[in-house]
Amino acid sequence: MPPIRLPFRGRRTDFPPDLWTRCPSCQEMLFNKQLEKALRVCPNCGHHFRLAARRRLELLLDGGSFRERDAGLQSVDPLGFADSKPYPDRLAAAQLATGEREAAIWGTGSIEGRPVAICAMDFGFIGGSMGAVVGEKVTRAAEAALAERLPLIVVSASGGARMQEGTFSLMQLAKTMAALERLRAGRVPYISVMTDPTTGGVFASFAAVGDVNLAEPNALIGFAGARVSGGTIAEELPPGFQRAEFLLQHGFVDRIVPRPELRDEIVRLLEYLVPPRPAEASAEVAAVAPGFRPLSFLNALAGRPVETGGDGRSARPAAEAPATVPTPTMPAVPATTGLGLRPAHREAGSPPAEAAEAPKAGEKPEARQFETQTAEAETGAAVGARRPAEGARRG
Amino acid sequence: MVDRLLGRGPREGATPAEHGTPAERAAAAAYARVQLARNLRRPHTLELVRVMADEFVQLHGDRLFGDDEAIVAGFARIDGRRVVVVGHQKGADTEENIRRNFGLPHPEGFRKAMRLMELGERFGLPVVTFVDVQGAFPGAASEERGVAEAIARSVGLMSRLRTPIVTVITGEGGSGGALAIAVGDVVIALENAVYSVISPEGCATILWRSADQAAAAAAAMKMSAAEQRTLGIVDIVVPEPGEGAHTDPVETARRLRAAVVAQLDALSRVPADELVEARYRRYRALGPFEVVAAPTPPPAERGLGDRLRGLLDAGRQTIGGSLPANLPNLPNLPNLPNLPGVPHRDEPPAREEV
Repeated sequence: MPPIRLPFRGRRTDFPPDLWTRCPSCQEMLFNKQLEKALRVCPNCGHHFRLAARRRLELLLDGGSFRERDAGLQSVDPLGFADSKPYPDRLAAAQLATGEREAAIWGTGSIEGRPVAICAMDFGFIGGSMGAVVGEKVTRAAEAALAERLPLIVVSASGGARMQEGTFSLMQLAKTMAALERLRAGRVPYISVMTDPTTGGVFASFAAVGDVNLAEPNALIGFAGARVSGGTIAEELPPGFQRAEFLLQHGFVDRIVPRPELRDEIVRLLEYLVPPRPAEASAEVAAVAPGFRPLSFLNALAGRPVETGGDGRSARPAAEAPATVPTPTMPAVPATTGLGLRPAHREAGSPPAEAAEAPKAGEKPEARQFETQTAEAETGAAVGARRPAEGARRG
Repeated sequence: MVDRLLGRGPREGATPAEHGTPAERAAAAAYARVQLARNLRRPHTLELVRVMADEFVQLHGDRLFGDDEAIVAGFARIDGRRVVVVGHQKGADTEENIRRNFGLPHPEGFRKAMRLMELGERFGLPVVTFVDVQGAFPGAASEERGVAEAIARSVGLMSRLRTPIVTVITGEGGSGGALAIAVGDVVIALENAVYSVISPEGCATILWRSADQAAAAAAAMKMSAAEQRTLGIVDIVVPEPGEGAHTDPVETARRLRAAVVAQLDALSRVPADELVEARYRRYRALGPFEVVAAPTPPPAERGLGDRLRGLLDAGRQTIGGSLPANLPNLPNLPNLPNLPGVPHRDEPPAREEV
């Protein structure tokens, strides 16, 4: 097998020589740099170009908060499958083309300081198809989300099950659904984001069953691709068939969200979808909390600790160190991360949301950073308090 | 298409197994097996249940939209054991096939299946499912009513159903439409049954860009019952009499009854919690992969601002300025000035302006 590239691509070095892309929807010629800046949405007609998995995570998560897990999972060739090309060659080619080891990436991160488990799929990797590794990653994401009580977000972009792994791919539907059923029973929220395209076995398993299903505009979402239906039953297909809007109309998608608004939309949903915390866990957090407070308070005042050295990614919030040795899996940590570490807002110039919400009656500022973790009632109050502001923003 | 549904594939017999390269012969043999699994006279759920069960009370409708005759479901008494039966039902002739949509289920069918399986769970009845479907109906009506969602929910429901589930692949186990009722504690397959993630024709169309390569696709996907058993997808293969189940449906049903009853008895002794846990583990373990060392992530690509700051820091270090270098040493933190003008590193690099 040829050596594969590390799954962390240099951004600038990789620009294709052609500087322009033609929008397939409006035929406008788009300057690539401009297109990238517009989150790969055509500024002219709003056509959503496909997005690589890592770019997607970058877009949704707080900068530097992503911790990938199970990056070393790699597909094998259980059937010895070869069509025009042996399956291992296809895998190697896909790895070279995308710089990823598989069609899905999962890990933990935070969105506006809220810790989440997130999995994103890459259509560039053999059509984002789901073999054993993709199924395993989605399953592990769901299992970890349940164990750590983190909301789960899965961003799908896939043609369906991977034929080269035969029925093993089919069994991934059962594997992922079984884990999601447990997540559901455990009252941990799951947001499914369907992007272009989400079809076949991926749509017929985890993508279709989010507690909330979001979709990007005009994304192709359907069970049997138009080619399959057309070829099999020769039926006239209605216009707009299997597009996100069609699914919204028929009740299988909750909201269609343009890409630039996706992050805010998820943040808004996560305010309502808060996993109830088992009693002992909240007691634990409360017990540790006082030790944190002064530092956290200072930390909050200072904006963030100026972080140096290291790998530039694992900026640790100040509040972490004194008490226990926190692992990223500890629920309390990402919350502090959110407050301590998030000074620079994505939209430079706009005041941090935290500051906007700061004057909340009857609440000590230093206590606030635990609100999402400690008491449900408190969170409920916080949500209530935010609602008017939200309305104003939306209106 | 009709030919294919009726099990009269155009290639049946067209590639004599005696000619061609070994690969071609293997492909022809694999495809012949697919044709056998699709044989029109092969017994389907109703024919099998008629022999296997002393009684069958068929129930209809999903309570949401309608009744899908491509899936039959009801209560049955097999050797004195009360069970819920759910199965795909292809028609035996054209008229019946039209009524049953050639055995291609709409979402209503899967939702009816779910309704019956839930009934079984509530009243402590084991579930026996019979799988014989080319796939869920891929038309507009099916999509409009959410066939994918129905399949996903049904798979999910079966994965947590607190009652034993015995699944029998009797003919074609085709894709999600099959799996929707095939998440069993034990999966039995008839000798000439096939199980695949997509029909060989569909696979050939996509990967070989030609439906003519269906035979090659059938061989490549290792879809026969015996191969599936080797892979661990199928647990038990029940031999068929004579040339195949279609030659002696009654004997086929008898053999199947013995296998199903044995499994029902074994599963009935397992407490529900263990049963569900074992089922979870069974499907959790399916799908081989390898774990290679994860690459150590190189430092994140740093933007211009970060690079400048790096230079500044280095400069300050030489001048002897205090550096926020020791993060773990947190008591120092209040001394750290939040240096104005120092760009923050949190901004995702992709958004920076350079």
